Amino acid sequence: MRVFAVVIAIVSGLLVLGGYFLQGFFPVLINVQTLLLTWAIILAGAAALVGVFNLITVHTDKIRRREPGSIYSALLVIFLAATFFLGLVLRPEHMIMRTVMNGVIIPVEAALMGLLTITLLYAAIRLLRRRADMMSIVFLVVAALVILGSATLPFVNIPILGTFSRWITQVLALGGARGILIGVALGTLTTGLRVLFGADRPYGGN
Amino acid sequence: MIESVILIASAFLLLVITLWKRKSSAKIREIAALTHLYRVLGLSVEDGTRMHVSLGSGSLFNARGGSALAGLAMLRHIAERTSVSDKPSVASAGDAVLGLLAQDTLQAGYQAAGVEELYVSTTGRVTGLSPFGYAAGAMNISRNENVSANILIGRFGPEVALLTDASDRENVIAIGASDDLVGQSVLFANTQDVLIGEELFATGAYLGAGASHVASLTVQDILRWLVILALLGGAFAKFAGLI
Repeated sequence: MRVFAVVIAIVSGLLVLGGYFLQGFFPVLINVQTLLLTWAIILAGAAALVGVFNLITVHTDKIRRREPGSIYSALLVIFLAATFFLGLVLRPEHMIMRTVMNGVIIPVEAALMGLLTITLLYAAIRLLRRRADMMSIVFLVVAALVILGSATLPFVNIPILGTFSRWITQVLALGGARGILIGVALGTLTTGLRVLFGADRPYGGN
Repeated sequence: MIESVILIASAFLLLVITLWKRKSSAKIREIAALTHLYRVLGLSVEDGTRMHVSLGSGSLFNARGGSALAGLAMLRHIAERTSVSDKPSVASAGDAVLGLLAQDTLQAGYQAAGVEELYVSTTGRVTGLSPFGYAAGAMNISRNENVSANILIGRFGPEVALLTDASDRENVIAIGASDDLVGQSVLFANTQDVLIGEELFATGAYLGAGASHVASLTVQDILRWLVILALLGGAFAKFAGLI
């Protein structure tokens, strides 16, 4: 059974890859690729339901064992079930569902974003205590220069700072970012090839 | 055309170097974060605490799925090594497909350790389906489940700061890697040990995941040198007025 899964995964991967690179020689590969990707999207939709079921299982377990914070788990399960059933009955376009989305989910995510600003500021202040090396100093000095260079300062105008800040972001940072992204792309390529060859099998099996 | 050539050459190199590395031992440079991870892995088993592997909210349906796959490869080895611990490792994901694969990977780790009966499906979790929802759910694990180390490997944006802050408050060691530039800079400022850029894909090789992982590092090095030569060649050709 495990060998069967590996063969299916490798053949599917090769067919999808073939659809990108060999479509000029074998036009049928485009249709096969589209079919496989459509199946994958349907399966991902089903996986979302399984994921939600997993979330409910984890939190009901917590409530049953009366673990610390189980009150939050209870709230999560109640509101998840209520939103799910309301969505099924009223449909996502209904006014109540839109109110839930615009009045709860978006403000909560925005609040977390606000919290993040404070967290990052706090982390920057503590950076030198955590890791007092040259790179940390460079990191903090550059961050401060870029913030000062891009912010509108009251009563003060430092023209060189803006130019310097732009030079840092558009030359130094952009060059470094491209280097990092090339490295990540090469890592992604070799990781994908390992999965394609069956050396790594995240779909189960040893 | 050039993409096909790069792909075929990389595949060929990976196969040949994997076969070669099986016979000879690998020499890899020391990465402080991975050395620390290796030590933390042993300590968590000894002191009966849990490791939390956060796989981020990367989807396998886009070009950034590579970091999620690298996280799963690492999870497989952590699961195998910590499966007999009093507190087995927990994995969290911010994507449903990734969550299912995390469960499957954990189970494979238990099977490899010969203790499949100890596997509990709720150790692989989907804690949210948006980046902030995921972070809010995963923060809870560090706080309430006797976690000694939080390993963050996958796709993380700025929301990773919430996870590292939660770890910090509970004195939980955090080791992080992300394929996202914002996530990397946030991890640099927030964690003691961070993996930058392609170091994210080196975890398997450092944890002894096998010859294919070491071979993929060598292939990456070869390709990197080719990119450097192409960039320098292009710059020279432009300077000389050839292109």
